Amino acid sequence: MPDALTVHRLHFAFTVTFHYLFPQLTMGLALLILILKTLALRTGEEHYNRAARFWMRIFGINFALGVVTGIPMEFQFGTNWAQFSKAAGGVIGQTLAMEGVFSFFLESSFLGLFLFGEKRLGPRGHWFTALMVFIGSWLSGYLIVATDAWMQRPVAYALGPKGEIELTSFWGLLLNRWALWQYAHNMSGAVITAAFVMASLGAFYLLVGRQQSYGQTFVRVGVIAGVFATVFQLFPSGDGQGRLVAHNQPVTMAAMEGLFHTQKGAPIAVIGQPDLEKQRLDNPLLVPRTLSFLTYRRWMSEVKGLDAFPQSDWPDNIPLVYYSYHVMVGLGTLFIAIMVISAWKLWKGTLYASRGMLWVLMLSLPFPYIANTAGWMTAEVGRQPWVIYGLMRTQMGVSPQVSSGNAWFTLLGFMGMYTVLGILFLFLVYRVIEEGPEPPPLFVPPKV
Amino acid sequence: METVWFWLVAIMIAGYVVLDGFDLGAGAVHFLVAKTDAERQLVVRSIGPVWDGNEVWLLAAGGALYFAFPALYASGFSGFYLPLMMVLWLLILRGIAIEFREKVASPVWVTFWDVVFATASLLLAVFYGAALGNVVRGVPLDGNGYFFEALWTNFRLGTDTGILDWYTILVGVAALATLSLHGALWLALKTEGPVHDRSHRTARAVWWIVLVMTFLLTVVTFRVQPQVLKNLLEHPAGFVFPLLALAGLATMGWFIRHQDDLKGFLASCLYLVGMLTSVVFGLYPLVLPASTGPAYSLTIYNAKAADYGLRIGLVWWFIGMALASTYFIYVYRNFAGKVKVEG
Repeated sequence: MPDALTVHRLHFAFTVTFHYLFPQLTMGLALLILILKTLALRTGEEHYNRAARFWMRIFGINFALGVVTGIPMEFQFGTNWAQFSKAAGGVIGQTLAMEGVFSFFLESSFLGLFLFGEKRLGPRGHWFTALMVFIGSWLSGYLIVATDAWMQRPVAYALGPKGEIELTSFWGLLLNRWALWQYAHNMSGAVITAAFVMASLGAFYLLVGRQQSYGQTFVRVGVIAGVFATVFQLFPSGDGQGRLVAHNQPVTMAAMEGLFHTQKGAPIAVIGQPDLEKQRLDNPLLVPRTLSFLTYRRWMSEVKGLDAFPQSDWPDNIPLVYYSYHVMVGLGTLFIAIMVISAWKLWKGTLYASRGMLWVLMLSLPFPYIANTAGWMTAEVGRQPWVIYGLMRTQMGVSPQVSSGNAWFTLLGFMGMYTVLGILFLFLVYRVIEEGPEPPPLFVPPKV
Repeated sequence: METVWFWLVAIMIAGYVVLDGFDLGAGAVHFLVAKTDAERQLVVRSIGPVWDGNEVWLLAAGGALYFAFPALYASGFSGFYLPLMMVLWLLILRGIAIEFREKVASPVWVTFWDVVFATASLLLAVFYGAALGNVVRGVPLDGNGYFFEALWTNFRLGTDTGILDWYTILVGVAALATLSLHGALWLALKTEGPVHDRSHRTARAVWWIVLVMTFLLTVVTFRVQPQVLKNLLEHPAGFVFPLLALAGLATMGWFIRHQDDLKGFLASCLYLVGMLTSVVFGLYPLVLPASTGPAYSLTIYNAKAADYGLRIGLVWWFIGMALASTYFIYVYRNFAGKVKVEG
């Protein structure tokens, strides 16, 4: 029987994981739709407008689910994590409130015009609403990342007389180095999801021989955006983020890599299962000295292993940190390969006819979602046992008066409700895909 | 500084109630004023482009509360855990109902979401009222400033209260009546034909209920929370807030009678703002009274964040709200006028 702390953690983990399935697509798609609208404006071809309109329908469904599953996130800081909120609200309340005032008002105001106002606004006006929706969603992303970054690397604060955490520098909070790297890494992750979704759907249309011209556009735009985003995801953004972790949270880095013992010339493990009892990796496949080089840019430098830290400071679920990190990196590497090969074939003009590659693109759809989720799990589970790294332990942050029974009640409620939402989402998106960007000539039901 | 933020948060909550209030109210009277699918489509379309923006006020108010009064946010949100979670579920269902209602052209699909939309709107109005009732009545805060309330206990006042007791239920019902009236006036303003006529008739009838509830609640509240009357008597200038509410109520009745939908709706906005500011003024400087003794009450002084944050917040808040106002004016102008059913 898990204690209340565990249930509260599951509660947040479940709701935020489900929530982030939607914004990662809308943020990435906001950029790709803006690109399609720009192409339409520059070439004057109606084709791109139709393509944009098709993706706006998918965007609209995603956005609605992102909004309704996002509201519970802000509430849960108070409902389930009251002590954390009371102590840190003066700092992270800033970024969360700014998200409401600066990006949600912007987004919600222009979204209606963007989705329904094309006729009224004309091409330039409509392009402008697409730009505003893009800015709103990317700003929202920054403010959330800045909130998390402060929990990962608290800066710009002082402790008050009763232990409350007081903000001392507004710009220090907003320009936290961690936030800048994490934002770069996170947003290119969102573009990767959108690029793969677009390319995957385009590949599907080409493979089944429907909506051919749109299929080609989707594959082209998806692959070009994807090749930039996947490479950027590894370098510089992934590299920069990784070195920040190594520098600020060395014990987290050791857990991510499954490095139990401090060593010079530390390897990275490509494969292997962490065995906590024996303090080693089973059947490891190692690349020698690489971790030392990636972390400190010297092949023989010393990297601290888990044994350099007291066990009470270890992340409390090392296998989960290890696996989610490895899933993220493994998939990220695969994405680069898929996108670079596709881009090469696109360049040679053979991609649209290369059924094998189209199959790969089509089937790749779920994997960016998995990689993004795994990345966030690495960050959040890796931060444990701290809710604010080095400052407040997670167990000190929960709501003292909310029992595990009440938390179970609402967790089960959310699980049930989100299952229904997930089914609805798939059903509605399926219908949009079935109909396609160019609806067939009006269907006349046969007379019986 | 804390007083400034006290009023800013109050204004944002009032903004939320006035704006989201009309689309909640429209949902509450959905089946009363619209009898066919086409008419119900009209109701949903009248709020379609704006409900999402209205709901952002809830998030913005919540965010402002979070960083200006973190101890209140923490205590209130964890203490009202169960009703808040239910509010979240209702908000989710309602948002999905509005957005997805027209995605499939099937009478079964449309009717299902209409029922969800109406039920969730109605329950939300009651829940918001009950929440306000809880804040006014006071909650059993402990020495660390936390509490937890079950959904109900024995329906009486005292130190072992649940979310629902006779007083909070009364406020909940009053809130439902008030927001139904507000929503009916919005629909009268935004529609034509039978929906307009029924909305108008509904508003006319519900106005009397609101009138009765207003006086009843005022009397009861003075007894339940003595601080309100005490504040008013000590600072008679504060009577301006209840007078605003009364002026709103009276002019609303007048304009409904004279078929002036726009002015009736604006009077209803005034009434809501007047009622909320009266409560807020009556509680000041309390933000969450303790039923366990005044020493445990949360006030703006013991719940506030540090001064630096509040000062810097003021700067970006004004910039952000100025921007937001320009978007709002732009959007409402773009969607101004009556909504019509498309063929």
